[in-house]
Amino acid sequence: MSNFTKEDIQYYANFARIDMPDAEAEKFATRLDTLLEFSDRLKELDTTDVEPMTHPLAIVNVLREDTPEDILDRDEMLKSVEDHEDGLIKVPNILD
Amino acid sequence: MVVNKTASELQSLLHSRELSVKELTEATLQTIEEKDKTIQAFLTVTGPEAIAAAEQLDNLPDDKRGSLFGMPIGIKDNIITKGIKTTCASKMLENFVPVYEGTATERVKDSGMVVVGKLNMDEFAMGSTTEHSAFQITRNPWNLDRVPGGSSGGSAAAVAAGEVLFSLGSDTGGSVRQPAAFCGVVGMKPTYGRVSRSGLVAFGSSLDQIGPITTTVEDNAMLLSAIAGADYRDASASEKPVPDFRNSLTGDIKGLKIAVPARYLGEGVDPEVREAVKKAIGVLESLGAHVDEVDLHYSRYAAPTYYVISSAEASSNLARFDGIRYGYHPADAKNLNEIYLRSRSEGFGEEVRKRVLYGTYALSAGHHEDLYERAQKVRTLIAQDFQNVFKQYDVIVGPTSATNAYKLGETIKDPLTLYANDLLTTPVNLAGIPAISVPCGFAEGLPVGLQIIGNHFEEAMLYKVAHAYEQATEFHKQTPPAREGN
Amino acid sequence: MNFETIVGLEVHVELKTNTKIFSPAPAHFGAAPNMNIHPTDLAYPGTLPTMNKQAIDFGMKASMALNCDVARVMNFDRKHYFYPDNPKAYQVSQDDRPVGANGWIEIEVDGYKKKIRIERVHLEEDAGKLTHSDNGYSLVDLNRQGTPLIEIVTEADIRTPNEAYAFLEKLKAIIQYTGVSDVRMEEGSLRCDANISLRPYGQEEFGTKTELKNLNSFNFVRRGIANEVERQEKLLLSGEKIVQQTRRYDETTGQTVLMRIKGSANDYRFIDDPDLPEIVIDEDWIERVRAEIPELPDARKNRYVNELDLPAYDAHVLTLTKEMSDFFDETVKAGADAKLASNWLMGGVSEYLNAEGKELKETPITPAGLASLVKLISDGTISSKIAKKVFKELAENGGDAAVIVKEKGLVQISDEGTLRKVIGEILDANEQSIEDYKNGKDRAVGFLVGQVMKATKGQANPPLVNKLLLDEISKR
Repeated sequence: MSNFTKEDIQYYANFARIDMPDAEAEKFATRLDTLLEFSDRLKELDTTDVEPMTHPLAIVNVLREDTPEDILDRDEMLKSVEDHEDGLIKVPNILD
Repeated sequence: MVVNKTASELQSLLHSRELSVKELTEATLQTIEEKDKTIQAFLTVTGPEAIAAAEQLDNLPDDKRGSLFGMPIGIKDNIITKGIKTTCASKMLENFVPVYEGTATERVKDSGMVVVGKLNMDEFAMGSTTEHSAFQITRNPWNLDRVPGGSSGGSAAAVAAGEVLFSLGSDTGGSVRQPAAFCGVVGMKPTYGRVSRSGLVAFGSSLDQIGPITTTVEDNAMLLSAIAGADYRDASASEKPVPDFRNSLTGDIKGLKIAVPARYLGEGVDPEVREAVKKAIGVLESLGAHVDEVDLHYSRYAAPTYYVISSAEASSNLARFDGIRYGYHPADAKNLNEIYLRSRSEGFGEEVRKRVLYGTYALSAGHHEDLYERAQKVRTLIAQDFQNVFKQYDVIVGPTSATNAYKLGETIKDPLTLYANDLLTTPVNLAGIPAISVPCGFAEGLPVGLQIIGNHFEEAMLYKVAHAYEQATEFHKQTPPAREGN
Repeated sequence: MNFETIVGLEVHVELKTNTKIFSPAPAHFGAAPNMNIHPTDLAYPGTLPTMNKQAIDFGMKASMALNCDVARVMNFDRKHYFYPDNPKAYQVSQDDRPVGANGWIEIEVDGYKKKIRIERVHLEEDAGKLTHSDNGYSLVDLNRQGTPLIEIVTEADIRTPNEAYAFLEKLKAIIQYTGVSDVRMEEGSLRCDANISLRPYGQEEFGTKTELKNLNSFNFVRRGIANEVERQEKLLLSGEKIVQQTRRYDETTGQTVLMRIKGSANDYRFIDDPDLPEIVIDEDWIERVRAEIPELPDARKNRYVNELDLPAYDAHVLTLTKEMSDFFDETVKAGADAKLASNWLMGGVSEYLNAEGKELKETPITPAGLASLVKLISDGTISSKIAKKVFKELAENGGDAAVIVKEKGLVQISDEGTLRKVIGEILDANEQSIEDYKNGKDRAVGFLVGQVMKATKGQANPPLVNKLLLDEISKR
């Protein structure tokens, strides 16, 4: 059974900004098929009245005071930046 | 040689000044250099930094020396270490040197420990063999043709091989416990929120926990006491007070109520593993515990639930790796899209890309409700399942892994084995509860782990049970061949 | 065919907190590039968000001031998209549980009153700033990344460009009163997008809308909408279809220009942010925040009209900013006549501020100072001409008008004897003017009054001079 077409994979890969030539897409289609079939088991369950779990602990209202701290040094920050100019991070302005 | 001594033996030598931290550190670095040629657990060894830290520690007066003073420790390479390369075993972060400190690392250092290096893992903690590292294959010290497990394979192997007595791993779906079991060491996955995630490179944010890996339960308890507790940098970290977990190591488990889920010893579990675990349960009974079989009905849904949730969160968490502010940057990229596509395709390995893709799919319009939200609901059922058991029982016991360590390069194809493996570890992360793995025997000469699962914030209980078991058996005293020879 | 204009606005307002919403880096306008940053703002691996309590309070406060229901339970969601100004590749925002919902504000425009409904107010983080340069590169400054924002989304209730203008003016006033934002469009702390569509009168369903961006002033919003309405109308009348797209307003041409066509739908893949625990808001919290909200513009306007007998126009202008309105209140409290104080604030004071490009708080003028000036005018101590001189002094050096008048000897001369003496001297020296007046040249009186004023350095009471002058002439 195949759920994913090559085009499907390329469609989702685009959202994730992952390059997906045809050959790769076919490979990933097979792999995702397996995962998706695996997930079909979840459909056996009636979850109508079940609350989704988004956070494992029931803690609420973890708030911080409005006081500045731990400010990052710009020169330290720029060390890992491939391309920069006058303290600003440089990126090509052409999208594609 | 100092490296084959226990932590408490080393402590008394340091205390009496028969041994200096610098000497211990140097000996450790030498051991790593020798043993890691075959084990390949370390991605980075921080020799000069460790020596410098040791020299400073040697100047500390007695009253500033805690119970972990001077102890060398290795850190999984997805835990941030300021000024020291933190790669997540990925090409994406091959040259990434963090400019800030992670909370766990900070607390390790504050307790007087010496960070000697960074440990190999599956790329971005996705995998269970450490073979998904972009850089090297780590070997199981018990048998060099076997994997150490994963994703914290380097952390478990380094401890098992005697390169360090302490390491930190991370556990999203079993990544501390399973390698601890495969390597015959003690690994703890604490309650979600017990240890700050600040400084842990996120995989599945609602599942991830940092956990200690050690040779003994006592060492493990000490290390968790040092790194646990509230942190202003992590809103999901609990404010619950952290006890000195050593205080719970009484050896007394009389009247303890143990639940053994039938499924944990069912199909797909290797017969020798099953036998070892059954014997271990017998030991616990002989110590005065009461054992019942229970049903954890929803655990059979844990693995698919885990894959949906962890992949969905990973697709979100790993989106920040875009080649712009740090990380892999493709040479000569002509436009913005090319930077994105090439950094993420050339920087991430195949397993990572697969999970990001699956997670992206699960969150997309049309599947969000049917896949992602459904998984979140099933997660509620799985968590409730545990709560029902904990109404009547103190702990749940079973194997940590369905089999012993896999052969290197071996792809586990038997769906029952795969299923059994995920069934044993992932429900714990989904429920956010703690679990520990302690050595409980051997299958084909390779270690087997006993998993003890507790309710939220019941780590003290787990240490008590694990310690009682450990003291009643000899397994923790057996060392792998790779540890000999010093 | 005639079309009805349908407009909905999305307004982003930056909240005036000390630190960012999810990191403790400073959040203020005007720092050197990439200086106000925290590891979390860079989306370094392993960093986590922490929630700024003040930002939550401000979001609640703004929601209440806009008559919204405040959420009792809310959370933050991740909204995913790749862009260089969005370091995590997701923006933390609120999807299905916003801080405020179902609000409204009342506007008054072209002589009618109308309620504009507010669908929602949600909290979110701002993106960094991307500056495009000509050499093929863009430059990223992450100072703004993580600045707290509220996004205010109206229902599609707006029907004319003037209503949009009035809505924004009112919204700005309300937000500014609450103190949660500077609401300065020129600094980007208030930004507005407009969704515009047309439909034939009588038709129920909405037409295809376009989204208009880059509206950098309230006037541009008004003109942009008008221009877009015109464009759509032309297309519809010539039988063409409106294409759903994003357009921007070009200030130089006054036209709207295509930015992008909304093709393949954005899929933001929202998830409840696992790093940020839920927020549960109880009655106490709501009441504490509500207690901090000052009297809002509408309430003040009513008070000015009903209690101080000000014309509606005055009340409107005075309440546009809290600063002006507070100043007015203080001035009246210090004993000034309300209408005179209003005249001065809307007239002389505003003219001065406009000419100097200053705000009230940047000048030494105080409500007590202005009140002393108004009182001197009311009791006839100084003429309005002298008052202008005294105001200039007040505006530049501050102080009390009575003291200035006394020190500079500017008290109005209303003593008949003194004035008759001066008038006598002027008349003696200007026989010809008397002659001219008697020959019917009324202008001659003006000349003579001027001479008297000149001789008294402008301090003579002008109506009295006029009266006495005619009396003295008749005696000759």
